Amino acid sequence: MKQDIILSGVGGQGILSIATMIGEAATQAGLTLKQAEVHGMSQRGGDVQSNLRLSDGEIASDLITAGTADMILSLEPMEALRYLPYLNKDGWVITSSSPFKNIPNYPDDEALKADFRTLPHVVTVDVEAMAKEHSMPKCANVILLGAAARYLNILSVEQLRASIARVFGSKGEAVVEMNQRAFDLGYAASEI
Amino acid sequence: MEKKLLLGDEAIALGAIHAGIRGVYAYPGTPSTEITEYIQRHPLARERGLHSTWCTNEKTAVEAALGVSYAGGRVIACMKHVGLNVAADAFVNSAITGVNGGMIVIVADDPSMHSSQNEQDSRFYGKFSLMPVLEPSTQQEAYDMMEYGFELSEREKLPVLMRIVMRLAHSRAAVEVKETARELQALPCAKDAAGWVLLPANSRRKYAALVEQQPRLEELALHAPYTRYEPSEEEKPVGILACGIGYNYVKEAKEAEGKFNILKVTQYPLPTELVRRLAAESREILVVEDGQPFAEEIISGMLSADYPVKGRLTGDLPRTGELTPDSVATAMGFRPERYFDLPKEVVSRPPALCQGCGHRDVYTALNEVVKEYPNARVFADIGCYTLGALPPFRAIDTCLDMGASITMAKGAADAGVFPAIAVIGDSTFTHSGMTGLLDAVNDKAQITVVISDNLTTAMTGGQDSAGTNKFEAICLGLGVEPEHVRVVVPLPKNMEEITRILREEIEYKGVSVIIPRRECIQTLNRKLKQKKAEKKS
Repeated sequence: MKQDIILSGVGGQGILSIATMIGEAATQAGLTLKQAEVHGMSQRGGDVQSNLRLSDGEIASDLITAGTADMILSLEPMEALRYLPYLNKDGWVITSSSPFKNIPNYPDDEALKADFRTLPHVVTVDVEAMAKEHSMPKCANVILLGAAARYLNILSVEQLRASIARVFGSKGEAVVEMNQRAFDLGYAASEI
Repeated sequence: MEKKLLLGDEAIALGAIHAGIRGVYAYPGTPSTEITEYIQRHPLARERGLHSTWCTNEKTAVEAALGVSYAGGRVIACMKHVGLNVAADAFVNSAITGVNGGMIVIVADDPSMHSSQNEQDSRFYGKFSLMPVLEPSTQQEAYDMMEYGFELSEREKLPVLMRIVMRLAHSRAAVEVKETARELQALPCAKDAAGWVLLPANSRRKYAALVEQQPRLEELALHAPYTRYEPSEEEKPVGILACGIGYNYVKEAKEAEGKFNILKVTQYPLPTELVRRLAAESREILVVEDGQPFAEEIISGMLSADYPVKGRLTGDLPRTGELTPDSVATAMGFRPERYFDLPKEVVSRPPALCQGCGHRDVYTALNEVVKEYPNARVFADIGCYTLGALPPFRAIDTCLDMGASITMAKGAADAGVFPAIAVIGDSTFTHSGMTGLLDAVNDKAQITVVISDNLTTAMTGGQDSAGTNKFEAICLGLGVEPEHVRVVVPLPKNMEEITRILREEIEYKGVSVIIPRRECIQTLNRKLKQKKAEKKS
């Protein structure tokens, strides 16, 4: 079994911390993992992505082949669409619905929505609004991870929840609890 | 053995610590920076007092590293591919002096130019300096090759070049690592002056010996631990020569299993014997290598003219850009299927200067003044502030290499351009700008140099900058007149003062330096966060 995930967003949004949480869960579960990141210039508010590959067997390439990704997990809607050529025909798109408009020619909201309607498996969650509503402004990415958990077949919800405890463990119980609550909120919002 | 999840860069760093290095010498550069940063943070490196502070540039790094080797220690020098151009004088000559303690120069190439100005392939440097070159394909190999590389270096008395590419440097995987580190290497200090003083008479003798050593280096590459020949069960199939990370993309094409003869190369000089075997047992050869067509050119010259060799030169793989599993599968005859197109709404999202960044205020002021001079040209440099080329600023006219802002402005001023303005960052100025400023002072060139000082090497993530607190003294020492070294604080509220000073200094008929100084917003926020966390605990 394998799961190839493209994580995407805008530099500074925190896609790498999502990768860390999934990676931690995968390592604990004894899975093989490869995770390609982009550092450097593109982190300054540009588009960023990370290829995260999980498998119970060997993984050869650090990069995911076009047409084979099982999931696009994105903190930004246009950035989710950017990687559609990588998605396999049964793949899932799990994305934040809040646009990050730092360019003058950002596409029209309705046009983006229309693009999402053409996809067979898509979950859009307004993680920014949820984070604000529940007074957890820094937890948007964990809410998104919760939303993805339902469709990440290679790891169980419990395994992912436990990894949050380990990743945030050093920051104290209150931070762990808040992040697990964020995770649960995302999970609940992802039912379609 | 224990398993750790490591970036390729981190695997190299840990491999080096475990192999008993005395230190790392480096200048930050994507994608090589994390090697040194890992060593800076590592508890054993701290306990052992390993050298890991940043060097002023790649040339000083390689020279200092060679000094450690001379003294009998093991050492690494790290840089990005274009950094090797800066270090080239020291690097190439270090193959002539040879080494005492083991020395590995690690160079991270950036095919596709994710964060660079070109996609030069460092293996060419290995070839023309006649040095052994290692090219790992995985994080595990990168870790293991450190101890191997040091043994190779000490046995052959030569520096070793390890070439990696961005995809390995910045990709994470589980690596089996040793639980204990080797003792610090402590060979007796070298003292053979005839071998270390490169007077022509000595150099000729040493160079002849180096040339004579080449067949043995090739023999070593033939038996290198990760280089191997994987024959197909089919009669005369297509053969694949896969270098470094290219091998992973070949193996990713699952349909291809057993259908190709594969020669995996991880060490150079290219093992001719294995290449000839691959050619004899295959009907054609596809060369899969990330970067430039290095092996492809060599084997095309090695085999008979009618033997079909395919790769980047023949267009079977794209001539430019990094390899991908898609391009490699396609070259192997499997076209990956795509199910969804890129929607036409998706537009590019280029990086930009951070909100609140001092460079923004510098460009706002500069743009206001420059529009008063129709013939003004702004010569910029390498760093975050290169982003001043993009909207909304569009403030710079050139960016070539580290340090070229000052020297190009000087040349342009010599040829009559007025005003000729240079914009350079603090770290880039000490890296390669100081010597150019001396040229300008000596010629009394009419240029205005803006050293936009944010107290850090920001583009690569906020490493210490060599010249912090020394810029006024450096400029005065190089001969810039005291009344033409001006310091300002780049903030919107100071716009009137900054533009006035810019105008005054542009009109001055000589070299003037304006230093807008305000800490990088990223490093500042990080420090504030840290302080907050410390208060809490």
